Amino acid sequence: MTTTSTEAAAQDIVAKSNPGLVKTITRAQATQIVLVLIGLFVLFSLINPEAFLSVFNFRSIIVNASIFIVLGVGVTFVIITAGIDLSIGSVLVFSSVMSALVMENLGTEGWAIAAVGAVVAVLAGALWGLINGLLVTKAKVPAFIVTLGTMGMALGISQVITGGIDLYNVPEVLVDTVGFGNIYWEIPTLAVIALIVTVIGGIILHKTKFGLYTYALGSNLEACRRVGIKVDYNLTWVYIVSGICAGIGGYLSLALYQQTTIGGNSLTNLAVIAGVVIGGTSLFGGVGTMFGTVIGLLIPVTLRQGFVISGVQAFWQEVVVGIFLIGAVYVDGVRRARATRRSGKKPKRMAIGGLKVGSTEKEGNSE
Amino acid sequence: MPVLQAEGIVRTYGQVVALDGCDFDVEAGEVTALIGDNGAGKSTLIKILSGTEQHEGGRIKFLGEEVSMDSPAVARDLGIETVFQDLALCPHLDPVRNLYLGREVRKRGPLGWLGFMENKLMRDGSRDAFSDLGATVRALSVPVGDMSGGQKQSVAVARAASWANKIIFLDEPTAALGVVQTHNVLELIKRVRDKGIGVVFISHSMPEVLSVADRIQVLRRGKRVATLRASETSVEGLVGAMTGALDEEVR
Repeated sequence: MTTTSTEAAAQDIVAKSNPGLVKTITRAQATQIVLVLIGLFVLFSLINPEAFLSVFNFRSIIVNASIFIVLGVGVTFVIITAGIDLSIGSVLVFSSVMSALVMENLGTEGWAIAAVGAVVAVLAGALWGLINGLLVTKAKVPAFIVTLGTMGMALGISQVITGGIDLYNVPEVLVDTVGFGNIYWEIPTLAVIALIVTVIGGIILHKTKFGLYTYALGSNLEACRRVGIKVDYNLTWVYIVSGICAGIGGYLSLALYQQTTIGGNSLTNLAVIAGVVIGGTSLFGGVGTMFGTVIGLLIPVTLRQGFVISGVQAFWQEVVVGIFLIGAVYVDGVRRARATRRSGKKPKRMAIGGLKVGSTEKEGNSE
Repeated sequence: MPVLQAEGIVRTYGQVVALDGCDFDVEAGEVTALIGDNGAGKSTLIKILSGTEQHEGGRIKFLGEEVSMDSPAVARDLGIETVFQDLALCPHLDPVRNLYLGREVRKRGPLGWLGFMENKLMRDGSRDAFSDLGATVRALSVPVGDMSGGQKQSVAVARAASWANKIIFLDEPTAALGVVQTHNVLELIKRVRDKGIGVVFISHSMPEVLSVADRIQVLRRGKRVATLRASETSVEGLVGAMTGALDEEVR
């Protein structure tokens, strides 16, 4: 009798845990978002085939998306833990300012100096990530407030150091190879670097223990604590990863624009967070993929490019991205509600990050 | 000799005395039910014995030696696992990930240093853990959050059972379950006991207690007021002991 009933329980588990591969794939938000991206490509291709389906156009799309994608890699980690990082745009600026300053003082030319600049940019980003992480875990200040604070601090310090004037001394080798160069044919070096960062980020997130703990922290922080995971240590590293990605982004931005874009990144954080969320990463934590982030960040860039080519005012891009963002969170909410109904549990209250993105979006736009 | 023995445990919360010189003991390979009215101190006692909370007076002996249960890690190292009422599972992770949470097996060599894990080994380990409890789970890749309450409970119990080699505490493991699921969890409990592990569970259902427990310890106002053999008592006897209608110490 014992055996039969427990086996019945086991059968129960087996029966309900096999929804089929096809269904799993079609249900994944990443798949739906790929379809949206393909739809956009088809639409713009029909409107203006010559201009949209050109090598030049595709090259612009991936160059324009590259830096956002690098930032998005870090933000994906943070949002999966149900946190938020609003400081990335400012950290990008801070890193590029620090990097440019050091390179300027060392003589501005040659690969050796460019390499030093890269290290400086990454370290500067990691430093802000460490500050964010320690404040979130040790001081117990909500991530939204911490990163809102460091967002102002990183930008403010950059402006104080430079007097608010952009630095233009960027090594020529860096601009020629990383900024404008192609690694082969029309494949931009910048995009290849972004791809490498994404692949490494994806492997860490999906294959390693650190990645697993990133999901676990966002899924049930208290459970992690009870089973003895070093919660504060792992969470701090998640913010450091985000900082490092912003640092790499700052360096790439220096190469692409040949200057520190001090005034040009006030909305970068929101654009990246929006893309990551459109890509299926849940603000409630525990859900998200690196692949989704890449697709989610390609959509806004494709829209802008497509509107320009189709002769629609590019300002419409903001409107459509806004709709996509709300739609993505709505779909996530519906899915969560369905899951909650199935398991008969009370729904989890709105995550800190979730509320805050909405409110800052408003703030950001009114600036 | 009891695996775990608590003597005169005292714990207060401000003015409230939750445990007032409470005794308790756990035998290997035996299911012990811990019963008592609301506020009798059952959950507090479990928390103290699993290292989640600290006691102010009294002693805890593990295999005859006095131990200081300072943190959940201490209890874990002694082979004591706890299934709390909220189960402490990660809903977005699959049963394998939950079973090995915090105990992931790294690959050997450089890949392991980088944090890569022995996924197949953990999968096989989980399958064994489920079949140990009479559950032949074949698909282990669905998030625990998509499973029913009973299935989640099974995962939580299996996790505790596969890491505990001495004692498992279960705080109201069947409180949120339906009839069939309750039955399954109770069968799981018996299975765990048959492996030679001491099982302690809190329950408010007297028929349930009588059907599963070998021994029943009754708390009232922070003290153990009775220890009864399940075979020698009845619902009336238990209720009597809980409410104080009759006080008796068996054994």
